[in-house]
Amino acid sequence: MYETHYHRASSIQDAVKLRQAAGEGKYLSGGMTLIPTMKQRLAAPSDLVDVRQVPEMKGISVSGRTVRIGAATTHFDVASSSELAALCPAISGLASHIGDPHVRHMGTIGGSIANNDPAADYPSAMLALDATIITDRREIAAGDFFTGLFETALEDGELVTAVTFEAPAKAGYQKFANPASRYAMTGVFVVRRDNGDVRVAVTGAGSNGVFRHEGIEAALSAQWSPDALANVTVDPSDLLSDIHADATYRANLVKVMAKRAVAAARAD
Amino acid sequence: MAKITMTVNGRQVSGQCDDRTLLVHFIRENLGLTGTHVGCDTSQCGTCVVHMDGKSVKSCSTLAAQAAGSDITTIEGLAANGELHPVQAAFKANHGLQCGFCTPGMVMTAVDMIRRHGGQLDEATVRAELEGNICRCTGYHNIVKSILAAAAEMGGARVAAE
Ligand SMILES: Cc1cc2nc3c(=O)[nH]c(=O)nc-3n(C[C@H](O)[C@H](O)[C@H](O)COP(=O)(O)OP(=O)(O)OC[C@H]3O[C@@H](n4cnc5c(N)ncnc54)[C@H](O)[C@@H]3O)c2cc1C
Ligand code: FES
Ligand code: FES
Repeated sequence: MYETHYHRASSIQDAVKLRQAAGEGKYLSGGMTLIPTMKQRLAAPSDLVDVRQVPEMKGISVSGRTVRIGAATTHFDVASSSELAALCPAISGLASHIGDPHVRHMGTIGGSIANNDPAADYPSAMLALDATIITDRREIAAGDFFTGLFETALEDGELVTAVTFEAPAKAGYQKFANPASRYAMTGVFVVRRDNGDVRVAVTGAGSNGVFRHEGIEAALSAQWSPDALANVTVDPSDLLSDIHADATYRANLVKVMAKRAVAAARAD
Repeated sequence: MAKITMTVNGRQVSGQCDDRTLLVHFIRENLGLTGTHVGCDTSQCGTCVVHMDGKSVKSCSTLAAQAAGSDITTIEGLAANGELHPVQAAFKANHGLQCGFCTPGMVMTAVDMIRRHGGQLDEATVRAELEGNICRCTGYHNIVKSILAAAAEMGGARVAAE
């Protein structure tokens, strides 16, 4: 690892100020992506601004059906919140299958979405839940936030402080985990609202990162059941091919994971 | 260079290290506690697992600076008064190790797992919870057996105490 300067932020304001003062600085949250990347010398931030212990960025709050999750909330805390499990068990289940217990004890939702790894789990949940990403300076709809592979709408120095969403009537998430890394080789998050609106987001498969699948959304709006997907086709031309799976295989996985996600959502 | 202070195995310790120093190197090199191992460069093997404020973490993927002010337990901190911790004793009794390289991480992981699940652990849960720990020798069978044996004993002990 190259040399760096560590700073611990005590508040959102403090974090943004420390980051502004730093040359090529980066925020550090759980470090479960950033530290391994720095160890490999693939990142060399001059300064690290640690936001893991900023009180306003931690914890889950629920008011009615509105859920707010602080950016520095760990995957473990999301997975073990009983309030969240009662309102949106799909997101609890998603968090409980990220990496391994040690990664879940450190890794955070804010770090995961700011990183926008094309195989990460949370981006699909944010997009399907139509979540709002709150930063130190504005609110960004999930649909505008994830802009490409490891790319987001965040400006230089912009800090994600929380995410919020309305808990839907039904939601389900299923991933086909890479057998070695446990990242999603394909993961599908499905959401159905009380008014019948359906949103479906796919991670792990798109060559441009997380995306919504309109064909699956239309089929599920017409009929909320796994069988509704029998005649839907998934076009492999914009999907990833790598040593783990080619695009055609992933296209099939999108459909299979979508069916399973609907089945899981109906069972909850 | 910065001076870092934390509590390790119940003792307050401090040391000088670079801001980039990993927690595992601080523990091994500054404190001389070499029970915590480094087995990979990819944050996947779990030989480096310690507890930070009561939760298992990979000390190879955490900076010492991040851990400043926290309460750390390493494998050296488990045995009390010369008696093996029940998880250590169960690994010994069930032949839960061969070369022993992964063992400190396995034991620290097991202690954390049992704390969270109590006596409710079953084999499938133990295997799923071992996702972040790799063993090249045992084939895991006796590790799972050791953890289940320890969980049964500790779960029983806790019920008796309450
Ligand atoms: C062994 C292993 C297995 C894993 N498996 C999975 C998996 O199955 N699924 C999955 O989705 N992920 C997986 N991960 C990644 C894990 O979920 C990370 O925790 C997550 O991607 C990053 O979150 P973090 O809090 O650790 O962020 P960090 O590593 O601290 O930061 C990541 C990036 O986000 C930036 N950042 C962090 N916080 C903020 C913020 N609040 N505002 C703006 N920018 C910020 C940082 O500057 C950095 O660029 C795995 C990681 C490991 C090591
Ligand atoms: S040394 Fe920490 S996970 Fe391998
Ligand atoms: S006992 Fe040798 S690596 Fe596990």
